[in-house]
Amino acid sequence: MIAEAGHYALVLALALALIQSIVPLVGARLRDDALMNVARSTALAQLLFVGASFIALVTLHVNSDFSVANVYENSHSMKPLLYKITGVWGNHEGSMLLWVSILALFGGLVAAFGNNLPLSLRAHVLAVQAWIASAFYLFILVTSNPFLRIANPPIEGRDLNPVLQDIGLAVHPPMLYLGYVGFSISFSFAIAALLEGRIDAAWARWVRPWTLVAWIFLTLGIAMGSYWAYYELGWGGWWFWDPVENASLMPWLAGTALLHSALVMEKRNALKVWTILLSILTFSLSLLGTFLVRSGVITSVHAFATDPTRGVFILLILCLFIGGSLSLFAARATSLKQGGLFAPISREGALVLNNLLLTVACAVVLFGTLYPLAMEMLADFKMSVGAPFYNLTFAPLFTLLLLAVPFGPLLAWKRGDLLGVTQRLLAAGVAGLVAVAIVWGWARGGSALAPLAIGLGIFVIAGAVTDIVERTGLVRLPFATALHRARGLPRSAWGSALAHAGLGVALIGIVCETTWNSEYIATMKQNDVAHVAGYDVKLDGLFQRQGPNYREMIAEFNVSHDGEALSVMTPSKRNFTTRGSSTTEAALLTRGASQLYISLGDTTAEGTIAVRIYHKPLVLLIWWGPVLMAFGGVLSLSDRRLRVGAPKPARAKQRLQPAE
Amino acid sequence: MTLWFVFALMTVAAIFAVLWPLGRSGRAQNQGSEVAVYKDQLVEIERDLATGLIAAPEAAAARVEISRRLLAAAGSELVSEPKSSLKWRRAAAVLALAGLPLVAIGVYMPLGSPRLPDFPLAQRERGSGMAQSLENMVVQVEQHLEKNPTDGRGWNVLGPVLQRLGRFDDAVRAYRNALTYNGESAERRSDLGEAISAAAGGVVTAEAKTEFERAHALSADDPKANYFLGLAAEQDGRKDDAANIWRALLAKAPADAPWRPLVQTSLARVGGGGATLPALSDETLAASKDMNEGDRNAMVRGMVERLATRLKQNGDDVEGWLRLVRAYLVMGDRDKAVGASTDARQAVASDAARLRQLNEGLKTLGLDG
Repeated sequence: MIAEAGHYALVLALALALIQSIVPLVGARLRDDALMNVARSTALAQLLFVGASFIALVTLHVNSDFSVANVYENSHSMKPLLYKITGVWGNHEGSMLLWVSILALFGGLVAAFGNNLPLSLRAHVLAVQAWIASAFYLFILVTSNPFLRIANPPIEGRDLNPVLQDIGLAVHPPMLYLGYVGFSISFSFAIAALLEGRIDAAWARWVRPWTLVAWIFLTLGIAMGSYWAYYELGWGGWWFWDPVENASLMPWLAGTALLHSALVMEKRNALKVWTILLSILTFSLSLLGTFLVRSGVITSVHAFATDPTRGVFILLILCLFIGGSLSLFAARATSLKQGGLFAPISREGALVLNNLLLTVACAVVLFGTLYPLAMEMLADFKMSVGAPFYNLTFAPLFTLLLLAVPFGPLLAWKRGDLLGVTQRLLAAGVAGLVAVAIVWGWARGGSALAPLAIGLGIFVIAGAVTDIVERTGLVRLPFATALHRARGLPRSAWGSALAHAGLGVALIGIVCETTWNSEYIATMKQNDVAHVAGYDVKLDGLFQRQGPNYREMIAEFNVSHDGEALSVMTPSKRNFTTRGSSTTEAALLTRGASQLYISLGDTTAEGTIAVRIYHKPLVLLIWWGPVLMAFGGVLSLSDRRLRVGAPKPARAKQRLQPAE
Repeated sequence: MTLWFVFALMTVAAIFAVLWPLGRSGRAQNQGSEVAVYKDQLVEIERDLATGLIAAPEAAAARVEISRRLLAAAGSELVSEPKSSLKWRRAAAVLALAGLPLVAIGVYMPLGSPRLPDFPLAQRERGSGMAQSLENMVVQVEQHLEKNPTDGRGWNVLGPVLQRLGRFDDAVRAYRNALTYNGESAERRSDLGEAISAAAGGVVTAEAKTEFERAHALSADDPKANYFLGLAAEQDGRKDDAANIWRALLAKAPADAPWRPLVQTSLARVGGGGATLPALSDETLAASKDMNEGDRNAMVRGMVERLATRLKQNGDDVEGWLRLVRAYLVMGDRDKAVGASTDARQAVASDAARLRQLNEGLKTLGLDG
């Protein structure tokens, strides 16, 4: 009964979404409050039913009900409980159900907490949200239904892909989906504004926090995914520029741009049309990401042939929403009221520059992702676009962006003083240069660009510190006053400083890891010792162990540094009988921000084993950076005050600047 | 019946969600408006000024800006009374009352399986009413062994069952585990060898042979080990050795041993006795892979002749005919192949379906028409 009730709940959610996509719009045309309010109750009911449906699927997985095809194909009765639950979204059907559940969650949140929205705006937003939901409910029910049954259920399931049997699956996809789907809210707001033909101040006030929520989750989701790939795939790589990763990076780049332009809009009533366009683009890229990952077009263009309905269906949704929204934008954008004006050198100007660089970077990634696919499809010519392409295109753009980051927050609204800001950033610049000099003198080997890049990272961090120092007057004023001002400083200011510093932190990690990592690859036998970056790694022996649904071979390594024993590392290879496949579990030893990484290869008949040992200096900074960014985002989100950007008065130019 | 009751409740809840707001009209709603936002912003500026976050001239400039927007917004704010159009509300209510259940049932019925109850694993394991198929029992034993891999008795039971189910690789694993946890015995060694050669398609590989040799060392009279060592010798082309081994085996065997006929036919195959010959089977074909050229040709020729004789007596076997034609083609005897296909057509001419099958088969063999 659970299976069928879950199935029926999903069907009811579709029916409710269909009503929600029509009735509120009619109500908004007629200015009928009751009809507009239908959007609210149906959105909440939708959340209830989709939630019930999702819980039903989780229950089925936990109970190992193999009469449900989805459970049979992706679960196993011996699997630990955690993986029984996470296995729900470790497959296509279940992950799509998670996708719509999160969509319904966001719709429900708008319905529940949207009291301070104009009624017609809320009705429009929820109706657009329901369009998206209807399309995806249909997609799930018709092409990827997780509730289809098997009349004669087998006694045992086929197990989840062993690579996915990891704590990472519990965190990464839900985070990523919260990010992807969160951008649907700003999309719905943008379409609602276009439908209504007006954007009022309440619009920006609402869009910014939603974008921020989505952005925080997407940031964490991408970082988590990268770390997962790093420790689970056994190659020590953390970013491969493969299309699935790019599919998540593109909405992040566009979303970051959107976040900044929404800020300008809220504070200064400017960049309205551009913000609308960015909202549309960001969610379109999220949809594109879903399409690329879910249609099977990635692994091979010909995957369409294996399940054509699925790919074609998502492609239809994609064309409908992206094409429709962009056409609507083209038709209605000119009728929107233009916002405030500003000088080119100003905070607004800096944010426009940020937007330009981010969108161009995003376009570069889009090109790099789709070009090989197009080539394969049209010319039947296989090619891959990898790191060299992005180093030549993406890296310079981001360098420019990072150079500009410290300037932005220091510029005044409306009209800024670039020279003054440069003077105030002098200390940060000096810090960066000193870092370059130190690294140059100290480092052995590696690219000549590496010290420069580290200097840039330091400059970005120092710039963020300068921003806070300037705002609190730490240098100019007595310490007590500064402390008082620091306490009074809005959390959003701390948030943006932390997020910007996070960029610098991540950059330093990336540069250190790629430039100075050292690796040791060899076959070792018992009591062999490997010397890597000052560490002595001794293979103590190989052991077999029985896990809940796998057998594993563990290698025990004794790690010492300068003769002092540090720790025992136990990488392993797991063998999963049901799927007949194996995974490598790398062992990590963290020392500060650096890590020692051991992963196992194949064994030979003589009892030796292939071993890969890496030393990765400061590698953890790569993920601490995004975590810092996300934390900055949370701080800013917790600041419930309105954002007002006080402009610099025109006559202030003539006045003397206070001595600093 | 409960299921339909639950469905009905859910549907009613969904309909209620649509009808509820339609019934509540006239109540003034506090909703956000542009004016409210600007007013909030003005308050915010005062607060920023008070805490010293912005200087007085900037605050003044901001105030002027926002006030200007506030005036514009207040002027354009639509002062329209909320209307209520009863006609449309009724339409929406009808949509909810009729449309929603129709859509739900219309979508659910073709997709769902309302008559199928849940089958949670715990309940199924408890319920003994369900007929336990052999495969289900195997799965249960496997689960038990997954948890207790040192249970030698379990592996002992599992091995032969897996062998019979054709899961030779798993059978090999089971026998190996049985050896590990139950200790050496000639029987287990030769069972393992048999599983290995079954996994290799009937060929007694070097690995399998080692096992049989070990079994033989443990017990020189183990019939299975002896039989397979003979087979290994035959496959190596040492027919005389094979015949000797098998002869010795038969000499020592009790008269009522069930494997006697098998050894006798094998012996006859290598020319050491005059018993009936086995039919052309895939296993023996695979076994012939390892022979030298002359032996193989002789063996294949003998088998082909037997097949031809059998088909003359009973010509209904389309597969047999095709195999015969293929065999002639492989042996390079095209004339005989054509002759056989003509015979085959005559033999199955009375049955249209068989004839079609035969013609298709012949086409793939390149013997068209």
